[in-house]
Amino acid sequence: MTDFAFVRSEMTAAQPAPNRSSGLVAWLRKNLFASFSDTILTLLGVLFLIWAIPPLYGFLIGRAVPPGGTVEMCRVENVGACWAYIASEIEFFIYGFYPMAEYWRPNVVFALLVLLGAPLLIPKVPFKVINAVVFFVVFPVVAVVLLSGGSFGLREVPTEQWGGLLVTLIISVVGISLSLPLGILLALGRQSKLPIIKSLCIAFIELVRAVPLITVLFMASIMLPLFMPQGMTVDKLVRALVGVTLFSSAYMAEVVRGGMQAIGRGQYEAAQALGLGYWKRTGLIILPQALKHVIPGIVGNFIALLKDTSLVYIVGMKDLLEAVKTKNDAIEWASPTQSVTGYIFAAFIFWVMCFSISRYARYWENRLNTGHKR
Amino acid sequence: MAKVLFSIALAASLGVAATAAHAQTATSATLDAVKAKGYVQCGVTGGVPGFSAPDANNNWTGLEVDFCRSLAAAIFNNPDSVRYTPLTSQERFTALSAGEIDVLSRTTTWTMSRDTQLGISFVGTMFYDGQGFMVRKADNIASALDLSGAAICIESGTTTELNAADYFAANKLEFNTVVFVDQDEVVKAYEDGRCDVYTTDSSALAAERSKFANPADHIILPEIISKEPLGPVVRQGDSGWFNIARWTYFALLEAEELGVTQANVDEMLGSDNPAIKRLLGVEGDFGTPLGLTKDWAYQIIKHIGNYGEAYDRHVGPSTPIGLARGLNALWKDGGIQYSPPIR
Repeated sequence: MTDFAFVRSEMTAAQPAPNRSSGLVAWLRKNLFASFSDTILTLLGVLFLIWAIPPLYGFLIGRAVPPGGTVEMCRVENVGACWAYIASEIEFFIYGFYPMAEYWRPNVVFALLVLLGAPLLIPKVPFKVINAVVFFVVFPVVAVVLLSGGSFGLREVPTEQWGGLLVTLIISVVGISLSLPLGILLALGRQSKLPIIKSLCIAFIELVRAVPLITVLFMASIMLPLFMPQGMTVDKLVRALVGVTLFSSAYMAEVVRGGMQAIGRGQYEAAQALGLGYWKRTGLIILPQALKHVIPGIVGNFIALLKDTSLVYIVGMKDLLEAVKTKNDAIEWASPTQSVTGYIFAAFIFWVMCFSISRYARYWENRLNTGHKR
Repeated sequence: MAKVLFSIALAASLGVAATAAHAQTATSATLDAVKAKGYVQCGVTGGVPGFSAPDANNNWTGLEVDFCRSLAAAIFNNPDSVRYTPLTSQERFTALSAGEIDVLSRTTTWTMSRDTQLGISFVGTMFYDGQGFMVRKADNIASALDLSGAAICIESGTTTELNAADYFAANKLEFNTVVFVDQDEVVKAYEDGRCDVYTTDSSALAAERSKFANPADHIILPEIISKEPLGPVVRQGDSGWFNIARWTYFALLEAEELGVTQANVDEMLGSDNPAIKRLLGVEGDFGTPLGLTKDWAYQIIKHIGNYGEAYDRHVGPSTPIGLARGLNALWKDGGIQYSPPIR
């Protein structure tokens, strides 16, 4: 063996990059002060935060009356948010006029919703088929029986007494679970080669999309009763559910159709060449790809639906927002910031729900990402 | 279900025909239907403090709710046999004429066009409301006639604006408005001192005042410049039901006039006053012709109290709303609430 002057037998430890290209200073330079205009924007941003944050902090926390406070504490000059009011009325915001002695029934339904719904949303949990059957078939029946009562020795609670978050959740969950399948069917129908199905689907979609939801609900609450025989009524919650679901499914149909347009003709032909029939072709080849493309659109629809639920005040239902508005006038908590606090609370709850939906959808987008993502 | 309801409706129309034939036997289709289902379906507001709003225990409460409870007490001897339907102002009359509710007790102003054109009948006036003015106490204004040139916060496009313009023109005052689109904005502007006067219906003025940090710093001027009689409404065509509703209202007034209260009603059963004896069903039977029991008015007073008690409980001076009786006092106390005699 010949002697070498120097042989390196191991790698040297990696050195940190020079200060100019990493570290806090470099990060600041790159992201905040890269150019003259960036510097100006950064300074403006900082000024905005300095202008906005202290008053916000003062209103929401500093001068606010914490839960447990009294109305007298809220009834002073220059008071912040009256969280005591929210804490005291939280039950109305969640259950509406639901009788207090029966709160356990909505609670059981909420618990079941989480226990059955969560495993359905997490891909790793097994028994998806059984879970889905229980969630979509058994759970609704149980929920209706539990909530409305009148059987099994449960006291009857008419839907007029349901309210608050309970109603918001019922309408959104039912709307979301029904409008997607309905929308897919409508989208398939619109692309069908059968003329009657095709024209019916087009007529439905175009008619519903041409009318504002608020008009549909007005029709349901003001026109519908006039056409019915005297004394016969359709439950208000059902009216709202039907209105919201049909409305949302028409939009969903167009979103799904958009996804199907994006699938190349080759995919259809390849599926046919493999000898797959219509349903297999659609279910195994086309829809999985089409839906993946339009997840953002579908989620956008879900979020819009969730927020549209607050329009059901038109048929006299007390959803979360309407429950808050009702209590904003409550004399027991009459104080200068009562209404503002109520609205902030409602906005926060809606934000939590919508943001969760959107984060969950991002998770699916990443999971299904097969390299088409841009 | 639909079939049953339909046959009820059919029976109802036949019932109405029968009533016309035999005026004495009081049959009311609505009353029969109400008795069959076991509760009165009452249309209320979405939440107007003092009139119909959920209380701390989320039970409906208020002056107009008490009317529904009185009806239930008269029919079922139980004021809780009521179900409430919150209605928006757009859908209230449809809900009534479609039979979704039996009585509408929802801050509804009695006007001629509504009474004559909508197929509904106003029962009476539970509350004489009207447009008023609120000012700061510190400004030392005692009358609306002193308001010439004062900045007035007002909601645009409402009858409120028109009423105020008329009043100022009629009294030759300078009319100076600050106009907003939304009620909340109007209140905020008044609170922030952008104007000296805030005007809307006096009951709403009082409710908004209770939200201020210092309600005592603001006063409502005595002048009422418009007529807004608020009262319960029933469907036209069922005179039996109309009579029940109307005399429930009168019984509340009559009880106050005769000094019968929730507390002393049992004692009053032994009263020598013939008017009280008739009211409480000790002498004569005024309930049966209505399709009710003899002690119908006793049940109302026992469970609800008289009109004055209901007023004081919900909107009177001792409540945060703090409205003086004013026009709503009995005729003998300077108001215009008046009941025909029960005899």
